[in-house]
Parts: sequence; structure tokens; C-alpha cells
Amino acid sequence: MKIPRLSVMSLRNRTFAGLLAAVMVALVPNMSFAAVFSPQTATLDNGMQVVLVENHRAPVVTQMVWYKVGSADEPLGVSGIAHFLEHLMFKGTADVAPGDFSKIVARNGGNDNAFTTWDYTGYFQNIARDRLDLVMKMEADRMTNLQLSDDVVLPERDVIIEERRSRIDNNPGALLGEQMRASLYMAHPYGRSIIGWMHEMEQLSTEDALDFYRKWYAPNNAILVVAGDITMDELLPMAQKYYGVIPRGDVLTRNRVKEPVQHAPRKVTMHDPRVGQASMSRYYLAPSYHSENAADAAPLELLSEIIGSGTTSRMFKALVVDQAIATSVGTFYDPVAVDLATFGVYGVPRDNVELADLEKAIDDQIADIVANGVTQDELERAKQKLLDSAVFARDSLSAGARVLGKSLAVGLSVEQVESWPDRVSAVTVDQVNEAAKRVFNDKQSVTGWLLPPKDGPVSGRGPVLPIDTGAGVH
Amino acid sequence: MNQLMKQVAGIAVASMTILGMASAAQAVEVKEVVSEGGIRAWLIEDHMNPLMTMDIAFTGAGAATDPADKMGLANMVSGLIDEGAGAMDSQTFRGEMENRSISLSFDAGRDDFSGSLTTLTRERETAIDLLRLALSEPRFDDEAVERIRSQIVSGLKRAENDPGDIASRTFFKSIFGGHPYARPVSGNFETVAGLNANDFRNFVGQAFAKDNLIIGVAGDITAEELGPLLDEAFGSLPDHSDLPVIADVTPKFGGIDVVDQDIPQSQAIWGQKGIERKDPDFYPAYVMNYILGGGGFSSRLTEEVREKRGLAYGVYSYLANLDHAVMMMGGVATRNDAIGQSLSLVSAEWTKMKEKGVSQEELDNAKSYLTGAYPLRFTSLGNLSGMLVGMQKDDLGMDFLDRRNSLVDAVTLDDVNRVAAELMDPANVTVTVVGKPEGKLAF
Repeated sequence: MKIPRLSVMSLRNRTFAGLLAAVMVALVPNMSFAAVFSPQTATLDNGMQVVLVENHRAPVVTQMVWYKVGSADEPLGVSGIAHFLEHLMFKGTADVAPGDFSKIVARNGGNDNAFTTWDYTGYFQNIARDRLDLVMKMEADRMTNLQLSDDVVLPERDVIIEERRSRIDNNPGALLGEQMRASLYMAHPYGRSIIGWMHEMEQLSTEDALDFYRKWYAPNNAILVVAGDITMDELLPMAQKYYGVIPRGDVLTRNRVKEPVQHAPRKVTMHDPRVGQASMSRYYLAPSYHSENAADAAPLELLSEIIGSGTTSRMFKALVVDQAIATSVGTFYDPVAVDLATFGVYGVPRDNVELADLEKAIDDQIADIVANGVTQDELERAKQKLLDSAVFARDSLSAGARVLGKSLAVGLSVEQVESWPDRVSAVTVDQVNEAAKRVFNDKQSVTGWLLPPKDGPVSGRGPVLPIDTGAGVH
Repeated sequence: MNQLMKQVAGIAVASMTILGMASAAQAVEVKEVVSEGGIRAWLIEDHMNPLMTMDIAFTGAGAATDPADKMGLANMVSGLIDEGAGAMDSQTFRGEMENRSISLSFDAGRDDFSGSLTTLTRERETAIDLLRLALSEPRFDDEAVERIRSQIVSGLKRAENDPGDIASRTFFKSIFGGHPYARPVSGNFETVAGLNANDFRNFVGQAFAKDNLIIGVAGDITAEELGPLLDEAFGSLPDHSDLPVIADVTPKFGGIDVVDQDIPQSQAIWGQKGIERKDPDFYPAYVMNYILGGGGFSSRLTEEVREKRGLAYGVYSYLANLDHAVMMMGGVATRNDAIGQSLSLVSAEWTKMKEKGVSQEELDNAKSYLTGAYPLRFTSLGNLSGMLVGMQKDDLGMDFLDRRNSLVDAVTLDDVNRVAAELMDPANVTVTVVGKPEGKLAF
């Protein structure tokens, strides 16, 4: 049975296939760091990092290039430019005509895609191992030779505007999420919408995109991650040949403003005629593995697992099973970020349960955790689950590449990724409890309520009939 | 399901059609395992990681079998059988799963009732026992029933005003009329409220049997190890299922329905007649669809609607095959004042494909993608076990993985153009638009 649940979309992919991956990542929050991938690493003379995860199951490879720049690095007034540039990276160079990049990849039996978040922008191709040379040549080419003109930029601007309508404006839950983040971050650019605010998107220009490209796209600000059926002896000469010849760019620093001390909880309530099911969520500012108080990150991963992950977690058992006031509750926490992370809690009330009563019950659960903490048994079970998730992550061709790329892109090291199981194993009950006390601070939180119109829900239009046809083997 | 998830679901289907598989220079050996008790499974051994996946399907046991006054029954059972079984109540059962990192889930489609199990080798015995209990001794305790009912109702409420859901239910009602395919898989508020433990038990007794069971396994297990586990998991099922026969149906295509909704972007889906999986022209049609709207940035629809004119983020088409009906479908979302333009561009491509077919270059490019991307399907165990179920269901043979690329390569320009002329039917397309479209809509 498919049970809809709230999810946090953090990736703004260029096409639907990538979106699918993004959703799966969002639904499995603790996959973020969850594996030892035994990668091999190198650094080219121009500063570009190279990471390889060997996987010889099938004669295929994934190439990913991650740029250490995202929407939180945008100048004021051009929100969405990081994501727009991601789209425009497919608009050609002297050697590859506009729009041909993906067609060439497809003609060679590959898939390609790209994604943008607040902290990084990534491009990837999945392709037969003997075509890696080709896609690496093209990826290196567009790192430095992108050509843009209004005749390709302006139609693509209409595309991202339609993308915004599809993802955000047609979806009240996504609209509320934008409002909540803007409230949670009073100064830090994480409060920005990745895809951009509509009025600024409408004004984005070719020059805006090129300025951003020239500043941030350089080998010393990029990471090459390859996973699949290839060895470092084969990979490194190829990387040197294509990426190694690109001149190093300026030394870049991310000048992110810091959040001020926050003094009051915020509340955002949205009534919308399109809302059939009320729900609430709360975001707390939380440390990441790269921020101040990073030592709290592993304890918070375990805390999230204990209280809000799965159907036997504390909150689910209390509110969905025992008290029977919610249809679902849960938590989410992704600690891989340049600056602060978000610890989230969400709940959907059962029929005839007021959202305020559900929120009160969630608050009681949080108060109980803060007052009494978690148990040793809960901690041990959570550790086992997180450690097991590493095995599942290794089964996928791209999971290792994604985790490593994302971690390096926010400033973490390969060693930090690889030592993750040790770090999780070493966490104590006291560390979880102290981290819980610090993160559940209402003064640095925002609570969002999503509700039907005040005059009641729009009348039903009859039963639901999702499309689930066409699955088959071709 | 919110609108985003809806789109994702739609695309997951589309990507199934563009990511084909066929022979490649690699050894993926499909074995048939028959247990002592006569349970049959297909297996791909892969010992790279200590885990295995098992996909199963009870064919013909999907939502199409729901009685009209019990719509949503199969779906609700799929949510309940892993919520307590044997001596274990829900929390005990789920605790066994979650504490041992065992994933077990069930799903009711229109045609089949399916299940999926993923486990570490370390927990294999427990995982198989949980699967056995879920299929043969589900409890249907009141607590779990009411909880799952509340989740389904919550999903129905969420979907009520979702543009994607509105579009699909309107579309399916329009083309399927009184056939069970017109009914909602999740049921409606009235029918879901009325379902009870007797209904669930009856369903389980009739739907889960050896004669409609298909099993695909991939991962860290040998044929010798798998055999006894098959008997353990499925040996106690009855020999024969007892399911209503669903009639084949020819959907009724033609006309444009508009459902008013105050949103900035109109969402459109459309469909026309399709082609049977067993039809000798299936692969020509499949290649044709890749060129038309299945091939992402390489497709004509994306080129015309997105790349040249910026009218949409996504536009696509796909072959949608159910057991008793076949369709060719598509979708696009465009701002209200330009949805008409998007639809007329799609319509023009429909007609152009019918009248002029494709070029040799387009055909060559499509084949090189469809055959070259084949090994990408072999990169995770879950993909493999799922494919094994699909191959058995469609009766493709154990050697299908070796034959598939030759099936694609054998498609000629004449084949594609002949099939395009026969299949493409721009005069009989049903379109559903949800939003506030401006101007005249036509296909």
C-alpha cells in the first residue's frame, strides 16, 4: 500500500528521473552518511579532487561532477541563478550544440541528469564503461567553455518558471515549506527557495548566469566522483587528460552570513482550498557535521532514528498506535550541510483530531525526551539500524558516489565519511540526551500548519484513481 | 499522494519504458529453482554484498477484483498483512522487521497483488518467517485495521484536490466507463469505511495461492539455499486461487474534459489505443514511442514543447499496458494561458508521427540508446528481482535478457513507420485538463 507522507524536497533536478532519486533520498533520511565505500582518492594539479568507488557488478560507470556552489551562494536579488545555470549547462559549447549534450549521452546508451541544492550543484551520467572517455570529455568541456545567448537562455527561463509552478505553486505543501524556511532562517541564505522567488526568476539574465558560472565553475571548486567498473589506474590518466588541463580558478570562499541569536518561536499557518488533509511540521535549527557543535550531529542522527523513524519509533508508537490521534508522525534530519542543518518533526492528525491537539501531543513527546532521555536499549537498536543501512547503500551503483560527493562538496573529508560507523558506534546515551536538550529549543524553531480553507474543505470530487499502469519488462 | 509524488509515480512508469534491457557482454545467469514442495522461483545469484531481495506477485489479485461495494479492499489488505501476524501483534511484528533491518512491503496494483522483501543474509531466516506469517496468518487486529484505515482516508483526502489525481481519475473514468479499471485502487470514503476483518480474511483466502504466484530472487543466496526457504514461505498456501475473472476491455477514446481548479498551471494527460505486449509489433511501437515522447531530451515532444518554446518542464508519452487493456498515454503541465499551445504542439507531433513516421537517423539513435542502456538495469538487486517477476508474468522466457537487444535491433524503419501509421490515432485521443485553461483546447 502506498501511504503518502510528508517529505522534504531538497534537490531541484533538471528532469523527472532525477526527481525520483531525490524523493527516495528524502524518504530515507539516514542514508545520507550511511556507508563505508572504501573509495580511492587523488587530487589533480589544478586542485580538482578525484574520488573512485569501484563496483564491478556490471560494465557501467557513474560519472559525477560536484561544484561547491549552491543557491545559498547566490548574490542578493538573483535567487534561482544557481539552479538556472544548472539548466543552462546543457545549452552548449563551441563543440557541443545547444541541447545536444543529453542527446549524445543517450545515443551512447547513457542517462544523464543534474541537481542543485543550497550547498552544491551536481551533474552526472550513467553509461557503459567504454563511453566514460566521451562523457568526461564533454563534462570537462562545459566546465570552462559554456556559451550562452539569449535565444537559448530565455526559453529555458520559461522552463524553470514552469518547473516552479509544477513543484511549488501547484502544491500548497511546497508553498508552505518555502514560507517556513524563510521564517526559520532570519539572515542565512538557507531561507531562500532553491528554485528562486518568482519575481526574481522572471528577471534572470544571460549575464547573471555567466557571472555566476565564471565565478564558481573551476576545477579547484569541483569534485569528480566516479563509481563503477573501472580502476584508479584507468581513471586517473583520463581525468588528467580532460580536467587536469583546465586552469585553476580563483581561490573561492563562501561568504555566508551567520544566523543571529533567535529569540522567539515562529508559526506559519496556511489555509488553501487545495488542502484536503491537514498536517503540521516543525523545523528546528540544528548543527551539521560541518557547523559549530558538529559533535551533536551523530547523536542527533540516532535521536531521529529513535523517536521518529519507522513504525516502532517512540512518537509513532505513542501517537499513531497507542493514542490513535495521528495517521503518521515522524522526524527527519540530514546533517550534511556547509552551515546549519534542520531537525524536522511532522504529523498528520486522524479524522476529528484538531491539529492543535496533535501538536500538543507532539510537544509532550518532545518534553518527555528532553526531561527523561532515551534508553540504552533504544540507542543500541538505532545504532544497529544505521550501521546496517551501510550495507544496503553499497548495493547501489550511485549511492556511494552521491554520499561521497555530497559530503566533500560541503567541506567534509573522505575520512569523515569512512569513519561514520565508528562515530555512530561511539555515541552514548548521555550524548543523545544532551543533543536533544540543545536541539529542541523552541526559540529557534518554526511551526507550520497546513489547513483547508477556514470555511471548510472543498467538497469531494469522488474517488481517487492513481495511474499505476504500464509497469512491465521491455 | 501529493502532486509531486503523483508526477514521480507517472514518471517511474515512463522510465520503465525507456530503460530497456537486453543482452550485453556480461554474465547474468537466470536460474529456475523448484523447491521440493513444487514452488518455482527465478534466481539471479550475486554475492557482492550480504543481502538479498525477493519480489513476488499474486497475479490477477489486484484492485480490479475488488467488488464494487468493497473498492479499496486489495489495497487495504496490502497495508495490513505486515501489521501483525501469527502470535505477533503489529508492534511486535514491525519491531522484528525494523530491529533486524528487514524491509517487507506489499502493494495492490490494478492487476496484481505484489510483495517485496529485502534482507541481510544474517536475518534471512527471520525475514522468510515474517513473509510466511504475513501471507498465511495475518491477524487484522482492530487497532491495526483502524490505523491503516485512517492512513488510507488521509491519503484520499490529500488526493481529493490534487490536480494530478483529479486528472487521472477523471481520465480513467472517461475511458473505462463501467469496467473495474475505472474504479479507484484505494477505494473511496464510503467503501473504505465499510471494509472489515471478514473482508480481509476472505480476500487472503481467495487471492494468495500457489497457482497465481510468481517469485523473483536476487542476491546472496544459492539455488540450494533458496529451495527450502520457498517451501517455508509459500508451502502452506492453497493450491488454487479463487478470483473473479476480469473481462478484457477496449477503452473508449475521444474528447477533452476540463476540470476547473484555481491553480496557475494546467495539468493535462491524454491517452489513445495501445498495443499488446505479445503483439509482434510491440518493439516497433516501443521504439517509436521512445522517439516521440519516451526518450526524455531526445524525444520530439520535449524538443518541441520544452526546448524550442519553454512551455513545460516535462512532457512525455508511454505505452501503458494492463492485463485487460492497452493504452498509449502522455502528459504535460503548462501555464493556463498556454496549455492550449502545448496541446496543439503535441497533437501536431501525433499526426506527424502517423503520417510521416521517423527518420533512419532517429531510429538508429533510439536503438543505440535502448540497447546501450541495457546494462544500467543491472546495477541493483531490487531491479533484478523485480525484472524476474516481470519476465515471468509476461512469459518472456528465461533467456529474455540475452534476446532482448536483438529484438530491438531487429526493428526496421519500415516496421516503425508501418506501426506508427496503424497505431497513432490523433482523431481518437482522450484528453483531461485540470486547471484554469484559457482559450480553446483541441487535440
